[in-house]
Amino acid sequence: MSHNITMVEAVNLALKRAMRNSEDVVVLGEDVGPNGGVFRATVDLRDEFGPRRVLDTPLAETMIAGLCIGMAAQGLKPVAEIQFMGFIFPTLEQIICHAARLRNRTRGRLSCPMVLRAPFGGGIHAPEHHSESTEALLAHIPGLRVVIPSSPARAYGLLLAAIECPDPVIFLEPKRIYRASKQTVEDNGIPLPLDTCFTLREGSDITLISWGAMITETLQAADQLADQGVSSEVIDVASVSPLDSETLLSSVQKTGRCVIIHEAPRSGGVGAEISAILAEKGLLALQAPIARVTGYDTVMPYYRLEQHYLPNTQDIIETVQQTLAFS
Amino acid sequence: MERTFQGEIYLTRYLDSQGTLVQPLPDNPQLAEQLQSCYRNMILARALDTKAIALQRTGQMGTYASMLGAEAIDVTIGLCMQLDDVLVPYYRNHASQHIRGAAMEDLLLYWGGDERGNANPAMNQDFPNCVPIATQALHACGVASAMKIRGEKRCALTVCGDGGTSKGDFMEALNIAGAWQLPVVFVVNNNQWAISVPRAIQCGAPTLAQKAFSAGIRGEQVDGNDAIAMHEVLSRALDRAREGKGPTLIEALSYRLSDHTTADDATRYRDNEELKTAWEREPIKRLQTFLHQQGWWDEAQEKAWHSEVARMVQGAVERYLNTTAQPVEAMFDHLYEEMPASVQEQRDWAQVKAMKGGSHHES
Repeated sequence: MSHNITMVEAVNLALKRAMRNSEDVVVLGEDVGPNGGVFRATVDLRDEFGPRRVLDTPLAETMIAGLCIGMAAQGLKPVAEIQFMGFIFPTLEQIICHAARLRNRTRGRLSCPMVLRAPFGGGIHAPEHHSESTEALLAHIPGLRVVIPSSPARAYGLLLAAIECPDPVIFLEPKRIYRASKQTVEDNGIPLPLDTCFTLREGSDITLISWGAMITETLQAADQLADQGVSSEVIDVASVSPLDSETLLSSVQKTGRCVIIHEAPRSGGVGAEISAILAEKGLLALQAPIARVTGYDTVMPYYRLEQHYLPNTQDIIETVQQTLAFS
Repeated sequence: MERTFQGEIYLTRYLDSQGTLVQPLPDNPQLAEQLQSCYRNMILARALDTKAIALQRTGQMGTYASMLGAEAIDVTIGLCMQLDDVLVPYYRNHASQHIRGAAMEDLLLYWGGDERGNANPAMNQDFPNCVPIATQALHACGVASAMKIRGEKRCALTVCGDGGTSKGDFMEALNIAGAWQLPVVFVVNNNQWAISVPRAIQCGAPTLAQKAFSAGIRGEQVDGNDAIAMHEVLSRALDRAREGKGPTLIEALSYRLSDHTTADDATRYRDNEELKTAWEREPIKRLQTFLHQQGWWDEAQEKAWHSEVARMVQGAVERYLNTTAQPVEAMFDHLYEEMPASVQEQRDWAQVKAMKGGSHHES
């Protein structure tokens, strides 16, 4: 059955599908029950699956993550919501020291198939601590998968994949585009592959690499650049860890030029890792320095200044023009 | 004003430090047999512990956390739990892990720097040792949540030290256990020392058991040097958990007779007189005295068991020492169920480097 839905509705659709498919899938978190989550991602789940499988937790993020680890080790598939990524930090000890290493430190005797969902990113005039993009912190941790959808269809397919994944997945949902647009999503229960980039638009002059909400501005830039006769290849990284460097590399080998766009701060961001890989393995194909369009190395500003922090379409276009002009 | 809450904490003890009964024995037809088993396992635990320290001191094993003085607590945990319960240990539960299925050489292998010490399938669903303090208490609650969601009559038991009760994870675990009435038992081995920090400055509450009140769960103290009391209190709490009657926090009073680990030197901060007094209350001697008084154990059994233990421990040490290091690729092979290309690439580099002799992991 197909639905014309927003990204947050696609998240909800995937949760329903996964919970119908397997009794082992349980949803837990703050306000995920009768309230349906503060963004309504878990709406109606409580009615359909009951309080045994849709669990409102006390307000304690460390506990939510720790609970998932115990549940997962027992063979359940906990899908927990951390209300905002700004509140994910108390979970880090549990995620880094346990979830990410349980398989490794027991040599596979135990594993930790859990999903931690968190809305992230700026642009919705949210309170303090509600707008950061700290995916690089998590992408640095071996044993984790960090997945970021950028459209309703990819949110549906990637979340199903995350839930089916036998290892822990941090699923970061760019809330700026939760309701930005609708897309027809087929509720076919088919997961999308993890650790694979998605080429959203093929092109020959330059490769634009992005993920999450910035895919919107990146595609807009590609459209406007096309009007100027520039053919851009747009790649949605989607799984920022582990990285599918092969897709990125073969695109850059084709175009010879590359701009990486992300909302997170510049230094030590996932863009830096991508840039290093492309330099290590694709130097001879490069006709210009790899460029980055990113957030600043500042604290995410409170919302009156957030539009100044966020990269915009014009920033991308100008950087692409500079990269194309390099010779 | 009206009183809205009142709580009391009770301490259970059967044997005083001289091995004399201070109250009638629990009504338990299998008591003699159970206490003999406790005693045998406590002797074994101490022998293994002594050997582990010797291995570390002679450079044949890495840093090790001794369980000297915690034998009654840990052995009774191992014996009272059922096999399909789940143990979520900290890092001083060698005896309970062994009783529940880990071979002694697994324990040595773990402390000898090899993850395969956590891998024995005989450990079933038990968690491996947990080093980050009190984080494991939440895993036990997750395990117990799974059991409750599935309507199973099993339970989880988790252990931490007195220091662990100061962590937020511990309090969050008690809180969720109470809110959801989970089938979980929390055992605090209050051995009076968190490395160099004494119990008195760890927490202002007169008992650690009373932290249970903040979560709406049962809390009690038990003499952790008294195997009879430990056995009784643990059995009751585990039964309650399995029967869906709710969680229990058990504060077991003991004394860390060892250094914190082999990397620690307790003479820097601990008064020798205190240690001497603590030795007078240690758990093995008092159970031995009691068993002899009851006629449940004699000199001949004692002698025979000690030589059997020496043989078993020696066998385990030999198997441990004969275990060669894992191949270098082992560090890559268990990160993910399906190896990502980026990890595969680095695995290849590591193999090449190891073949060139660039690795110091070979043995």
